[in-house]
Amino acid sequence: MPDSAVKTDAEPVVKVRNLVKRFEDRVVLDGVNLDVYPGEMLVVMGGSGCGKSTLLRNMIGSILPDEGSIDVFGRDLTELTDDELDAVRKRFGVLFQSGALFNSMTVGENVALPLREHTRLDANTIEIMVKIKLELVGLRQAENLMPAQISGGMKKRAGLARAISLDPEILFYDEPSAGLDPVTSAEIDQLMMDLARKLGVASVVVTHEMDSAFRIADRMAMLDKGVMLKIGTRAQFDAIRSGQPTGDEQTDLIRQFLRGDSEGPITKRRLSTSFEVDILKAAEGR
Amino acid sequence: MAGGGRNFVESIGSSAMGTVRYLGGLALLVGQTCYWAARNIASRKALSHLHAMSIQMVRVGVRSVPVVVLVQVFIGVILALQMYPPLKDFEQQATIANIVGVAGFRMLGPIITAVVLTGFAGASIAAEMGTMVVAEEIEAMQAMALDPIRYLVVPRVVATVVMMVMLSVIADLMIALGGYITSSLVLGPEVYMVYWAKMQDQLKYRDFYTGLIQAGVFGLLISLIACREGLKVSGGAEGVGRATTMTVVYSIFAIIISACLFTMIFYAFKL
Ligand SMILES: Nc1ncnc2c1ncn2[C@@H]1O[C@H](COP(=O)(O)OP(=O)(O)OP(=O)(O)O)[C@@H](O)[C@H]1O
Ligand SMILES: [Mg+2]
Repeated sequence: MPDSAVKTDAEPVVKVRNLVKRFEDRVVLDGVNLDVYPGEMLVVMGGSGCGKSTLLRNMIGSILPDEGSIDVFGRDLTELTDDELDAVRKRFGVLFQSGALFNSMTVGENVALPLREHTRLDANTIEIMVKIKLELVGLRQAENLMPAQISGGMKKRAGLARAISLDPEILFYDEPSAGLDPVTSAEIDQLMMDLARKLGVASVVVTHEMDSAFRIADRMAMLDKGVMLKIGTRAQFDAIRSGQPTGDEQTDLIRQFLRGDSEGPITKRRLSTSFEVDILKAAEGR
Repeated sequence: MAGGGRNFVESIGSSAMGTVRYLGGLALLVGQTCYWAARNIASRKALSHLHAMSIQMVRVGVRSVPVVVLVQVFIGVILALQMYPPLKDFEQQATIANIVGVAGFRMLGPIITAVVLTGFAGASIAAEMGTMVVAEEIEAMQAMALDPIRYLVVPRVVATVVMMVMLSVIADLMIALGGYITSSLVLGPEVYMVYWAKMQDQLKYRDFYTGLIQAGVFGLLISLIACREGLKVSGGAEGVGRATTMTVVYSIFAIIISACLFTMIFYAFKL
Protein backbone atom coordinates (compact mmCIF):
# COMPACT_ATOMS: atom_id res chain seq x y z
CA MET A 1 0.00 0.00 0.00
CA PRO A 2 1.42 3.40 -0.87
CA ASP A 3 2.43 5.63 2.03
CA SER A 4 -0.02 8.29 0.91
CA ALA A 5 -2.84 6.02 2.10
CA VAL A 6 -2.03 7.01 5.67
CA LYS A 7 -3.90 10.13 6.65
CA THR A 8 -1.30 11.56 9.00
CA ASP A 9 -3.11 14.86 8.98
CA ALA A 10 -6.23 13.27 10.41
CA GLU A 11 -6.82 13.16 14.15
CA PRO A 12 -5.12 10.00 15.55
CA VAL A 13 -7.41 7.30 16.95
CA VAL A 14 -4.77 6.38 19.53
CA LYS A 15 -2.45 8.92 21.08
CA VAL A 16 0.18 7.68 23.52
CA ARG A 17 2.08 10.41 25.35
CA ASN A 18 5.11 10.01 27.63
CA LEU A 19 3.99 6.59 28.71
CA VAL A 20 5.98 5.23 31.64
CA LYS A 21 5.29 1.78 33.08
CA ARG A 22 7.18 0.17 35.91
CA PHE A 23 6.89 -3.31 37.37
CA GLU A 24 8.11 -3.08 40.95
CA ASP A 25 11.12 -0.82 40.39
CA ARG A 26 11.99 -1.92 36.89
CA VAL A 27 11.11 0.56 34.17
CA VAL A 28 9.58 -1.43 31.31
CA LEU A 29 8.29 1.47 29.23
CA ASP A 30 10.22 4.73 29.43
CA GLY A 31 8.45 7.73 27.97
CA VAL A 32 6.86 6.19 24.89
CA ASN A 33 5.08 8.42 22.35
CA LEU A 34 2.98 6.90 19.59
CA ASP A 35 0.16 7.93 17.26
CA VAL A 36 -2.14 5.61 15.36
CA TYR A 37 -4.02 7.19 12.45
CA PRO A 38 -7.39 6.06 11.10
CA GLY A 39 -7.18 3.19 8.65
CA GLU A 40 -3.45 2.62 8.90
CA MET A 41 -1.52 -0.55 9.70
CA LEU A 42 1.11 0.29 12.30
CA VAL A 43 3.63 -2.40 13.19
CA VAL A 44 5.47 -2.19 16.52
CA MET A 45 8.70 -4.17 16.45
CA GLY A 46 11.27 -4.94 19.07
CA GLY A 47 13.27 -7.71 20.71
CA SER A 48 11.93 -10.14 23.25
CA GLY A 49 11.10 -8.49 26.55
CA CYS A 50 11.46 -4.92 25.24
CA GLY A 51 7.93 -4.08 26.36
CA LYS A 52 5.81 -4.55 23.23
CA SER A 53 3.06 -6.53 24.92
CA THR A 54 3.13 -4.15 27.87
CA LEU A 55 2.61 -1.22 25.49
CA LEU A 56 -0.29 -3.06 23.89
CA ARG A 57 -1.85 -3.90 27.24
CA ASN A 58 -1.66 -0.24 28.17
CA MET A 59 -3.39 0.76 24.95
CA ILE A 60 -6.30 -1.63 25.53
CA GLY A 61 -6.75 -0.57 29.14
CA SER A 62 -5.70 -3.89 30.69
CA ILE A 63 -3.10 -2.14 32.82
CA LEU A 64 -2.74 1.49 33.80
CA PRO A 65 0.42 3.51 33.13
CA ASP A 66 2.45 4.99 35.96
CA GLU A 67 2.93 8.23 34.06
CA GLY A 68 1.70 9.74 30.83
CA SER A 69 -1.59 9.46 29.01
CA ILE A 70 -3.25 7.16 26.50
CA ASP A 71 -6.00 8.67 24.39
CA VAL A 72 -8.21 6.25 22.49
CA PHE A 73 -10.89 7.90 20.35
CA GLY A 74 -9.99 11.11 22.13
CA ARG A 75 -10.66 9.75 25.60
CA ASP A 76 -7.85 9.42 28.12
CA LEU A 77 -8.00 5.84 29.40
CA THR A 78 -6.31 6.82 32.65
CA GLU A 79 -9.19 9.11 33.59
CA LEU A 80 -12.20 6.98 32.67
CA THR A 81 -14.57 5.20 35.01
CA ASP A 82 -15.04 1.46 34.51
CA ASP A 83 -18.25 1.96 32.53
CA GLU A 84 -16.68 4.62 30.29
CA LEU A 85 -13.69 2.36 29.72
CA ASP A 86 -16.02 -0.45 28.72
CA ALA A 87 -17.72 1.87 26.26
CA VAL A 88 -14.33 2.54 24.63
CA ARG A 89 -13.48 -1.16 24.68
CA LYS A 90 -16.57 -2.01 22.67
CA ARG A 91 -15.13 0.08 19.84
CA PHE A 92 -11.91 -1.88 19.42
CA GLY A 93 -10.99 -5.54 19.02
CA VAL A 94 -7.99 -7.45 20.33
CA LEU A 95 -6.37 -10.61 19.04
CA PHE A 96 -4.26 -12.15 21.79
CA GLN A 97 -1.13 -14.15 21.17
CA SER A 98 -2.81 -17.49 21.85
CA GLY A 99 -6.18 -16.45 20.46
CA ALA A 100 -7.56 -16.49 24.02
CA LEU A 101 -10.75 -18.28 22.99
CA PHE A 102 -13.05 -19.31 25.81
CA ASN A 103 -12.35 -23.00 26.05
CA SER A 104 -15.73 -23.87 27.47
CA MET A 105 -17.56 -22.53 24.40
CA THR A 106 -17.65 -23.55 20.75
CA VAL A 107 -16.00 -21.35 18.15
CA GLY A 108 -19.39 -20.03 17.12
CA GLU A 109 -20.39 -19.20 20.71
CA ASN A 110 -17.10 -17.39 21.17
CA VAL A 111 -17.85 -15.15 18.22
CA ALA A 112 -21.45 -14.71 19.33
CA LEU A 113 -20.59 -13.72 22.90
CA PRO A 114 -19.85 -10.00 22.36
CA LEU A 115 -22.93 -9.74 20.15
CA ARG A 116 -25.12 -11.42 22.74
CA GLU A 117 -23.84 -9.29 25.60
CA HIS A 118 -23.40 -5.93 23.95
CA THR A 119 -26.15 -5.66 21.34
CA ARG A 120 -29.91 -6.03 21.30
CA LEU A 121 -29.86 -8.29 18.26
CA ASP A 122 -32.10 -11.35 18.38
CA ALA A 123 -30.74 -14.88 18.29
CA ASN A 124 -31.38 -15.34 14.57
CA THR A 125 -29.55 -12.20 13.56
CA ILE A 126 -26.63 -13.10 15.81
CA GLU A 127 -26.50 -16.54 14.19
CA ILE A 128 -26.23 -14.90 10.78
CA MET A 129 -23.63 -12.39 11.95
CA VAL A 130 -21.53 -15.22 13.39
CA LYS A 131 -21.61 -17.04 10.08
CA ILE A 132 -20.58 -13.88 8.24
CA LYS A 133 -17.65 -13.21 10.56
CA LEU A 134 -16.49 -16.81 10.42
CA GLU A 135 -16.75 -16.79 6.63
CA LEU A 136 -14.63 -13.64 6.58
CA VAL A 137 -11.79 -15.48 8.33
CA GLY A 138 -12.43 -18.72 6.43
CA LEU A 139 -13.69 -20.74 9.37
CA ARG A 140 -17.36 -21.32 8.63
CA GLN A 141 -16.95 -25.09 8.81
CA ALA A 142 -15.53 -24.87 12.36
CA GLU A 143 -18.48 -23.10 13.94
CA ASN A 144 -19.49 -26.01 16.15
CA LEU A 145 -16.01 -27.19 17.13
CA MET A 146 -14.50 -26.60 20.56
CA PRO A 147 -11.25 -24.59 20.76
CA ALA A 148 -9.39 -27.69 21.92
CA GLN A 149 -10.29 -29.39 18.63
CA ILE A 150 -8.75 -26.82 16.29
CA SER A 151 -5.17 -25.94 15.37
CA GLY A 152 -3.18 -22.91 16.49
CA GLY A 153 -3.70 -21.10 13.20
CA MET A 154 -7.44 -21.74 13.33
CA LYS A 155 -7.55 -20.45 16.90
CA LYS A 156 -6.03 -17.18 15.75
CA ARG A 157 -8.59 -16.92 12.96
CA ALA A 158 -11.39 -17.66 15.40
CA GLY A 159 -9.97 -15.08 17.81
CA LEU A 160 -9.92 -12.63 14.93
CA ALA A 161 -13.53 -13.39 14.05
CA ARG A 162 -14.45 -12.69 17.66
CA ALA A 163 -12.38 -9.49 17.67
CA ILE A 164 -14.27 -8.13 14.67
CA SER A 165 -17.71 -9.26 15.83
CA LEU A 166 -18.70 -5.77 16.99
CA ASP A 167 -17.25 -4.08 13.87
CA PRO A 168 -14.39 -2.36 15.71
CA GLU A 169 -12.65 0.81 14.56
CA ILE A 170 -9.24 -0.35 15.78
CA LEU A 171 -7.77 -3.85 15.90
CA PHE A 172 -4.86 -4.71 18.19
CA TYR A 173 -2.81 -7.79 17.43
CA ASP A 174 -0.20 -9.35 19.72
CA GLU A 175 2.22 -11.52 17.74
CA PRO A 176 -0.37 -12.66 15.19
CA SER A 177 2.06 -14.85 13.29
CA ALA A 178 4.15 -16.24 16.13
CA GLY A 179 4.22 -20.02 16.29
CA LEU A 180 2.68 -20.52 12.86
CA ASP A 181 4.21 -22.10 9.78
CA PRO A 182 5.23 -19.65 7.02
CA VAL A 183 2.22 -20.31 4.84
CA THR A 184 -0.32 -20.02 7.64
CA SER A 185 1.49 -16.94 8.85
CA ALA A 186 1.28 -15.38 5.39
CA GLU A 187 -2.43 -16.24 5.28
CA ILE A 188 -3.01 -14.47 8.58
CA ASP A 189 -1.10 -11.46 7.25
CA GLN A 190 -3.30 -11.43 4.17
CA LEU A 191 -6.37 -11.68 6.35
CA MET A 192 -5.24 -8.73 8.45
CA MET A 193 -4.66 -6.62 5.36
CA ASP A 194 -8.01 -7.64 3.89
CA LEU A 195 -9.80 -6.68 7.09
CA ALA A 196 -8.00 -3.38 7.26
CA ARG A 197 -9.02 -2.62 3.70
CA LYS A 198 -12.54 -4.06 3.72
CA LEU A 199 -13.55 -2.67 7.08
CA GLY A 200 -11.32 0.39 7.06
CA VAL A 201 -10.10 -0.32 10.58
CA ALA A 202 -6.84 0.98 12.01
CA SER A 203 -4.52 -1.84 13.10
CA VAL A 204 -1.74 -1.97 15.65
CA VAL A 205 0.39 -5.07 15.23
CA VAL A 206 3.04 -6.14 17.70
CA THR A 207 5.53 -8.55 16.18
CA HIS A 208 9.13 -9.57 15.83
CA GLU A 209 8.65 -11.43 12.57
CA MET A 210 10.34 -9.13 10.06
CA ASP A 211 8.99 -10.76 6.89
CA SER A 212 5.49 -10.32 8.16
CA ALA A 213 6.16 -6.79 9.38
CA PHE A 214 7.41 -5.57 5.99
CA ARG A 215 4.55 -7.32 4.23
CA ILE A 216 1.76 -5.62 6.11
CA ALA A 217 3.03 -2.32 7.51
CA ASP A 218 2.07 1.17 6.40
CA ARG A 219 4.18 2.62 9.17
CA MET A 220 6.58 0.97 11.57
CA ALA A 221 7.81 1.68 15.08
CA MET A 222 10.90 0.25 16.72
CA LEU A 223 10.86 -0.27 20.47
CA ASP A 224 14.07 -1.07 22.32
CA LYS A 225 14.30 -1.62 26.06
CA GLY A 226 11.18 0.41 26.68
CA VAL A 227 12.31 3.33 24.53
CA MET A 228 10.75 4.18 21.17
CA LEU A 229 13.79 4.42 18.89
CA LYS A 230 12.14 5.35 15.63
CA ILE A 231 8.74 5.68 14.05
CA GLY A 232 8.54 5.97 10.30
CA THR A 233 7.06 4.74 7.06
CA ARG A 234 7.78 1.29 5.75
CA ALA A 235 9.90 2.82 3.00
CA GLN A 236 12.13 4.52 5.56
CA PHE A 237 12.66 1.27 7.43
CA ASP A 238 13.21 -0.58 4.17
CA ALA A 239 15.98 1.89 3.33
CA ILE A 240 17.68 1.25 6.66
CA ARG A 241 17.41 -2.49 6.17
CA SER A 242 18.89 -2.54 2.69
CA GLY A 243 21.43 0.24 3.30
CA GLN A 244 24.99 0.03 4.65
CA PRO A 245 25.93 0.52 8.32
CA THR A 246 25.98 4.27 8.97
CA GLY A 247 28.09 4.42 12.08
CA ASP A 248 25.14 5.94 13.89
CA GLU A 249 24.54 3.63 16.86
CA GLN A 250 20.76 3.88 16.82
CA THR A 251 20.31 3.36 13.10
CA ASP A 252 22.72 0.45 13.11
CA LEU A 253 20.86 -1.10 15.98
CA ILE A 254 17.62 -0.91 14.02
CA ARG A 255 19.42 -2.22 10.95
CA GLN A 256 20.72 -5.25 12.82
CA PHE A 257 17.28 -6.00 14.16
CA LEU A 258 15.60 -5.66 10.78
CA ARG A 259 18.17 -7.84 9.07
CA GLY A 260 18.45 -10.35 11.89
CA ASP A 261 22.26 -10.14 11.78
CA SER A 262 24.25 -11.93 14.42
CA GLU A 263 26.70 -9.04 14.72
CA GLY A 264 26.01 -5.41 15.47
CA PRO A 265 25.20 -2.96 18.26
CA ILE A 266 22.61 -5.21 19.91
CA THR A 267 25.08 -8.06 20.28
CA LYS A 268 27.86 -5.71 21.34
CA ARG A 269 25.67 -4.17 24.01
CA ARG A 270 24.74 -7.55 25.33
CA LEU A 271 28.34 -8.69 25.55
CA SER A 272 29.95 -5.52 26.84
CA THR A 273 27.76 -4.64 29.77
CA SER A 274 27.83 -7.47 32.19
CA PHE A 275 30.97 -9.55 31.65
CA GLU A 276 33.67 -7.54 33.48
CA VAL A 277 31.20 -6.59 36.16
CA ASP A 278 30.31 -10.21 36.71
CA ILE A 279 33.95 -11.27 36.89
CA LEU A 280 34.77 -8.49 39.33
CA LYS A 281 31.80 -9.40 41.47
CA ALA A 282 32.87 -13.03 41.44
CA ALA A 283 36.41 -11.98 42.42
CA GLU A 284 35.05 -10.04 45.38
CA GLY A 285 33.28 -13.20 46.43
CA ARG A 286 29.77 -11.79 45.98
CA MET B 1 9.15 -16.57 53.75
CA ALA B 2 11.25 -18.67 56.12
CA GLY B 3 13.90 -15.97 56.33
CA GLY B 4 16.24 -17.01 59.11
CA GLY B 5 17.35 -13.46 59.77
CA ARG B 6 13.92 -12.11 60.44
CA ASN B 7 13.03 -11.91 64.08
CA PHE B 8 9.95 -13.37 65.66
CA VAL B 9 8.03 -10.14 66.29
CA GLU B 10 8.67 -8.97 62.76
CA SER B 11 7.40 -12.19 61.25
CA ILE B 12 4.27 -12.13 63.43
CA GLY B 13 3.71 -8.56 62.35
CA SER B 14 4.11 -9.31 58.68
CA SER B 15 1.84 -12.34 58.74
CA ALA B 16 -0.75 -10.29 60.60
CA MET B 17 -0.45 -7.65 57.89
CA GLY B 18 -0.79 -10.39 55.30
CA THR B 19 -3.97 -11.67 56.93
CA VAL B 20 -5.43 -8.19 57.12
CA ARG B 21 -4.59 -7.58 53.47
CA TYR B 22 -6.14 -10.92 52.50
CA LEU B 23 -9.33 -10.14 54.38
CA GLY B 24 -9.36 -6.70 52.80
CA GLY B 25 -9.08 -8.29 49.38
CA LEU B 26 -11.95 -10.64 50.16
CA ALA B 27 -14.08 -7.76 51.45
CA LEU B 28 -13.42 -5.83 48.25
CA LEU B 29 -14.45 -8.86 46.23
CA VAL B 30 -17.65 -9.17 48.29
CA GLY B 31 -18.43 -5.54 47.52
CA GLN B 32 -17.84 -5.93 43.79
CA THR B 33 -19.79 -9.18 43.72
CA CYS B 34 -22.81 -7.56 45.41
CA TYR B 35 -22.59 -4.55 43.09
CA TRP B 36 -22.57 -6.67 39.95
CA ALA B 37 -25.16 -9.12 41.29
CA ALA B 38 -27.52 -6.20 41.79
CA ARG B 39 -26.78 -4.85 38.33
CA ASN B 40 -27.27 -8.30 36.82
CA ILE B 41 -30.73 -8.57 38.34
CA ALA B 42 -31.63 -5.10 37.10
CA SER B 43 -30.21 -5.56 33.61
CA ARG B 44 -32.29 -6.49 30.60
CA LYS B 45 -30.12 -9.61 30.28
CA ALA B 46 -31.22 -10.82 33.72
CA LEU B 47 -32.49 -14.05 32.20
CA SER B 48 -29.15 -14.92 30.67
CA HIS B 49 -27.39 -14.18 33.98
CA LEU B 50 -29.89 -16.46 35.68
CA HIS B 51 -29.09 -19.13 33.13
CA ALA B 52 -25.35 -18.80 33.81
CA MET B 53 -26.09 -19.16 37.51
CA SER B 54 -28.20 -22.26 37.07
CA ILE B 55 -25.41 -23.89 35.09
CA GLN B 56 -23.09 -23.26 38.03
CA MET B 57 -25.66 -24.60 40.48
CA VAL B 58 -25.82 -27.86 38.58
CA ARG B 59 -22.05 -28.02 38.43
CA VAL B 60 -21.53 -27.18 42.10
CA GLY B 61 -24.52 -28.89 43.63
CA VAL B 62 -25.87 -31.80 41.70
CA ARG B 63 -22.62 -33.69 41.43
CA SER B 64 -21.98 -33.37 45.15
CA VAL B 65 -25.38 -34.64 46.28
CA PRO B 66 -24.38 -38.34 46.39
CA VAL B 67 -21.19 -37.56 48.28
CA VAL B 68 -22.99 -35.37 50.80
CA VAL B 69 -25.66 -38.04 51.33
CA LEU B 70 -23.13 -40.79 51.84
CA VAL B 71 -20.81 -38.84 54.10
CA GLN B 72 -23.59 -37.46 56.28
CA VAL B 73 -25.31 -40.81 56.78
CA PHE B 74 -22.00 -42.14 58.04
CA ILE B 75 -21.57 -39.14 60.34
CA GLY B 76 -24.99 -39.97 61.85
CA VAL B 77 -24.02 -43.61 62.23
CA ILE B 78 -20.72 -42.74 63.92
CA LEU B 79 -22.25 -40.15 66.21
CA ALA B 80 -24.93 -42.51 67.50
CA LEU B 81 -22.46 -45.36 68.02
CA GLN B 82 -19.98 -43.23 69.89
CA MET B 83 -22.55 -41.60 72.12
CA TYR B 84 -24.09 -44.90 73.21
CA PRO B 85 -21.57 -46.22 75.80
CA PRO B 86 -21.24 -43.06 77.95
CA LEU B 87 -24.99 -42.43 77.83
CA LYS B 88 -25.71 -46.04 78.70
CA ASP B 89 -23.69 -45.58 81.90
CA PHE B 90 -26.29 -43.05 83.00
CA GLU B 91 -29.20 -44.97 81.50
CA GLN B 92 -29.70 -42.02 79.15
CA GLN B 93 -29.28 -43.87 75.84
CA ALA B 94 -32.68 -42.62 74.63
CA THR B 95 -31.27 -39.08 74.43
CA ILE B 96 -29.03 -40.12 71.53
CA ALA B 97 -31.68 -38.65 69.26
CA ASN B 98 -31.37 -35.29 71.02
CA ILE B 99 -27.63 -35.22 70.66
CA VAL B 100 -27.59 -36.35 67.04
CA GLY B 101 -30.23 -33.73 66.26
CA VAL B 102 -28.50 -30.77 67.86
CA ALA B 103 -24.99 -31.63 66.75
CA GLY B 104 -26.13 -32.51 63.25
CA PHE B 105 -28.46 -29.60 62.55
CA ARG B 106 -26.41 -26.92 64.23
CA MET B 107 -22.92 -27.82 63.20
CA LEU B 108 -21.98 -31.12 61.58
CA GLY B 109 -24.47 -30.86 58.74
CA PRO B 110 -23.28 -27.49 57.48
CA ILE B 111 -19.62 -27.93 58.32
CA ILE B 112 -19.06 -31.35 56.75
CA THR B 113 -21.05 -30.28 53.69
CA ALA B 114 -18.80 -27.22 53.45
CA VAL B 115 -15.72 -29.43 53.49
CA VAL B 116 -17.19 -31.56 50.70
CA LEU B 117 -17.97 -28.41 48.69
CA THR B 118 -14.46 -27.08 49.26
CA GLY B 119 -13.35 -29.89 47.03
CA PHE B 120 -16.29 -30.01 44.63
CA ALA B 121 -16.78 -26.29 44.21
CA GLY B 122 -13.78 -24.46 45.67
CA ALA B 123 -10.92 -26.39 44.15
CA SER B 124 -12.61 -26.75 40.79
CA ILE B 125 -13.55 -23.05 40.59
CA ALA B 126 -10.00 -22.02 41.49
CA ALA B 127 -8.53 -24.37 38.90
CA GLU B 128 -10.97 -23.18 36.26
CA MET B 129 -10.35 -19.49 36.87
CA GLY B 130 -6.61 -19.99 37.17
CA THR B 131 -6.54 -21.79 33.84
CA MET B 132 -8.49 -18.94 32.28
CA VAL B 133 -5.97 -16.42 33.61
CA VAL B 134 -3.07 -18.40 32.21
CA ALA B 135 -4.78 -18.73 28.81
CA GLU B 136 -5.29 -14.92 28.66
CA GLU B 137 -9.05 -15.54 28.72
CA ILE B 138 -9.64 -13.17 31.63
CA GLU B 139 -7.72 -10.39 29.91
CA ALA B 140 -9.63 -11.11 26.72
CA MET B 141 -12.91 -10.76 28.62
CA GLN B 142 -11.85 -7.40 29.98
CA ALA B 143 -10.79 -6.25 26.54
CA MET B 144 -14.27 -7.23 25.31
CA ALA B 145 -15.84 -5.10 28.05
CA LEU B 146 -17.05 -8.21 29.89
CA ASP B 147 -16.22 -7.82 33.57
CA PRO B 148 -14.89 -11.12 34.99
CA ILE B 149 -16.50 -10.39 38.35
CA ARG B 150 -19.86 -9.92 36.70
CA TYR B 151 -19.70 -12.85 34.32
CA LEU B 152 -17.62 -15.38 36.27
CA VAL B 153 -17.53 -14.58 39.98
CA VAL B 154 -21.17 -13.59 40.56
CA PRO B 155 -22.77 -16.77 39.15
CA ARG B 156 -20.27 -18.98 40.97
CA VAL B 157 -20.66 -17.25 44.32
CA VAL B 158 -24.45 -17.14 44.21
CA ALA B 159 -24.63 -20.76 43.05
CA THR B 160 -22.28 -21.95 45.77
CA VAL B 161 -24.19 -20.11 48.51
CA VAL B 162 -27.56 -21.43 47.32
CA MET B 163 -26.32 -24.98 46.87
CA MET B 164 -24.54 -24.91 50.21
CA VAL B 165 -27.82 -24.08 51.96
CA MET B 166 -29.80 -26.66 50.01
CA LEU B 167 -27.22 -29.38 50.51
CA SER B 168 -27.17 -28.62 54.23
CA VAL B 169 -30.88 -29.35 54.45
CA ILE B 170 -30.20 -32.72 52.86
CA ALA B 171 -27.22 -33.17 55.16
CA ASP B 172 -29.29 -32.53 58.30
CA LEU B 173 -31.83 -35.14 57.29
CA MET B 174 -29.13 -37.66 56.40
CA ILE B 175 -27.38 -37.31 59.76
CA ALA B 176 -30.68 -37.90 61.52
CA LEU B 177 -31.28 -40.90 59.29
CA GLY B 178 -27.79 -42.24 60.00
CA GLY B 179 -28.41 -42.06 63.72
CA TYR B 180 -31.69 -43.89 63.28
CA ILE B 181 -30.06 -46.63 61.23
CA THR B 182 -27.53 -47.31 63.96
CA SER B 183 -30.21 -47.20 66.62
CA SER B 184 -32.45 -49.68 64.93
CA LEU B 185 -29.74 -52.05 63.74
CA VAL B 186 -27.40 -52.03 66.73
CA LEU B 187 -28.61 -50.13 69.75
CA GLY B 188 -31.98 -51.68 70.43
CA PRO B 189 -35.62 -50.69 70.91
CA GLU B 190 -35.14 -48.40 73.93
CA VAL B 191 -33.35 -46.06 71.53
CA TYR B 192 -35.13 -46.40 68.21
CA MET B 193 -38.67 -46.58 69.52
CA VAL B 194 -38.45 -43.04 70.84
CA TYR B 195 -35.88 -41.73 68.30
CA TRP B 196 -38.05 -39.51 66.11
CA ALA B 197 -40.25 -38.33 68.97
CA LYS B 198 -37.22 -37.34 71.03
CA MET B 199 -35.65 -35.56 68.12
CA GLN B 200 -38.83 -33.61 67.36
CA ASP B 201 -39.03 -32.69 71.01
CA GLN B 202 -35.49 -31.42 71.12
CA LEU B 203 -35.23 -29.50 67.88
CA LYS B 204 -36.48 -25.94 67.61
CA TYR B 205 -36.65 -23.88 64.46
CA ARG B 206 -33.60 -21.98 65.54
CA ASP B 207 -31.50 -25.16 65.52
CA PHE B 208 -32.41 -25.44 61.90
CA TYR B 209 -31.92 -21.86 60.74
CA THR B 210 -28.73 -21.13 62.70
CA GLY B 211 -27.24 -24.09 60.86
CA LEU B 212 -28.43 -22.79 57.51
CA ILE B 213 -27.14 -19.27 58.16
CA GLN B 214 -23.74 -20.77 58.77
CA ALA B 215 -24.08 -22.89 55.65
CA GLY B 216 -24.68 -19.78 53.55
CA VAL B 217 -21.67 -18.03 55.02
CA PHE B 218 -19.49 -21.09 54.43
CA GLY B 219 -20.61 -21.12 50.81
CA LEU B 220 -19.76 -17.44 50.48
CA LEU B 221 -16.30 -17.96 51.97
CA ILE B 222 -15.48 -21.01 49.86
CA SER B 223 -16.51 -19.43 46.58
CA LEU B 224 -14.89 -16.06 47.27
CA ILE B 225 -11.61 -17.63 48.31
CA ALA B 226 -11.68 -19.87 45.24
CA CYS B 227 -12.35 -16.95 42.88
CA ARG B 228 -9.71 -14.80 44.47
CA GLU B 229 -7.06 -17.51 44.39
CA GLY B 230 -7.96 -18.39 40.82
CA LEU B 231 -7.96 -14.82 39.54
CA LYS B 232 -4.59 -13.94 41.01
CA VAL B 233 -2.80 -16.90 39.43
CA SER B 234 0.36 -16.03 37.61
CA GLY B 235 3.02 -18.20 36.09
CA GLY B 236 1.43 -21.07 34.24
CA ALA B 237 0.22 -24.50 35.31
CA GLU B 238 2.26 -24.44 38.48
CA GLY B 239 0.34 -21.37 39.64
CA VAL B 240 -2.95 -23.14 39.00
CA GLY B 241 -1.89 -26.05 41.18
CA ARG B 242 -0.88 -23.68 43.94
CA ALA B 243 -4.20 -21.83 43.69
CA THR B 244 -6.24 -25.02 44.16
CA THR B 245 -4.14 -26.10 47.11
CA MET B 246 -4.37 -22.71 48.80
CA THR B 247 -8.11 -22.58 48.14
CA VAL B 248 -8.62 -25.81 50.05
CA VAL B 249 -6.30 -24.78 52.89
CA TYR B 250 -7.74 -21.27 53.32
CA SER B 251 -11.32 -22.46 52.93
CA ILE B 252 -11.09 -25.10 55.63
CA PHE B 253 -9.38 -22.58 57.87
CA ALA B 254 -12.06 -19.97 57.18
CA ILE B 255 -14.87 -22.50 57.72
CA ILE B 256 -13.59 -23.60 61.13
CA ILE B 257 -12.87 -20.06 62.34
CA SER B 258 -16.22 -18.71 61.26
CA ALA B 259 -18.01 -21.74 62.73
CA CYS B 260 -16.32 -21.00 66.03
CA LEU B 261 -17.32 -17.32 65.84
CA PHE B 262 -20.90 -18.21 64.97
CA THR B 263 -21.17 -20.69 67.83
CA MET B 264 -19.94 -18.05 70.25
CA ILE B 265 -22.35 -15.46 68.92
CA PHE B 266 -25.30 -17.86 68.96
CA TYR B 267 -24.35 -18.91 72.48
CA ALA B 268 -24.10 -15.33 73.69
CA PHE B 269 -27.48 -14.44 72.23
CA LYS B 270 -29.01 -17.75 73.36
CA LEU B 271 -29.92 -18.73 69.82
N1 LIG C 1 2.87 -8.39 35.09
C1 LIG C 1 4.20 -8.22 35.07
N2 LIG C 1 4.89 -8.15 36.23
C2 LIG C 1 6.22 -7.96 36.25
N3 LIG C 1 6.97 -7.85 35.16
C3 LIG C 1 6.35 -7.91 33.96
C4 LIG C 1 4.94 -8.10 33.86
N4 LIG C 1 4.61 -8.11 32.55
C5 LIG C 1 5.75 -7.95 31.87
N5 LIG C 1 6.81 -7.82 32.70
C6 LIG C 1 8.20 -7.60 32.32
O1 LIG C 1 8.24 -6.52 31.44
C7 LIG C 1 9.16 -6.76 30.39
C8 LIG C 1 8.49 -6.54 29.07
O2 LIG C 1 7.51 -7.55 28.89
P1 LIG C 1 6.65 -7.67 27.57
O3 LIG C 1 5.77 -8.86 27.73
O4 LIG C 1 6.01 -6.38 27.30
O5 LIG C 1 7.76 -7.96 26.49
P2 LIG C 1 7.56 -8.24 24.93
O6 LIG C 1 8.27 -7.16 24.22
O7 LIG C 1 6.14 -8.44 24.62
O8 LIG C 1 8.36 -9.59 24.77
P3 LIG C 1 8.00 -10.86 23.86
O9 LIG C 1 8.44 -10.53 22.49
O10 LIG C 1 8.83 -11.93 24.46
O11 LIG C 1 6.54 -11.12 23.98
C9 LIG C 1 9.67 -8.16 30.55
O12 LIG C 1 10.99 -8.10 31.05
C10 LIG C 1 8.76 -8.79 31.56
O13 LIG C 1 9.48 -9.63 32.41
MG1 LIG D 1 4.85 -10.13 24.09
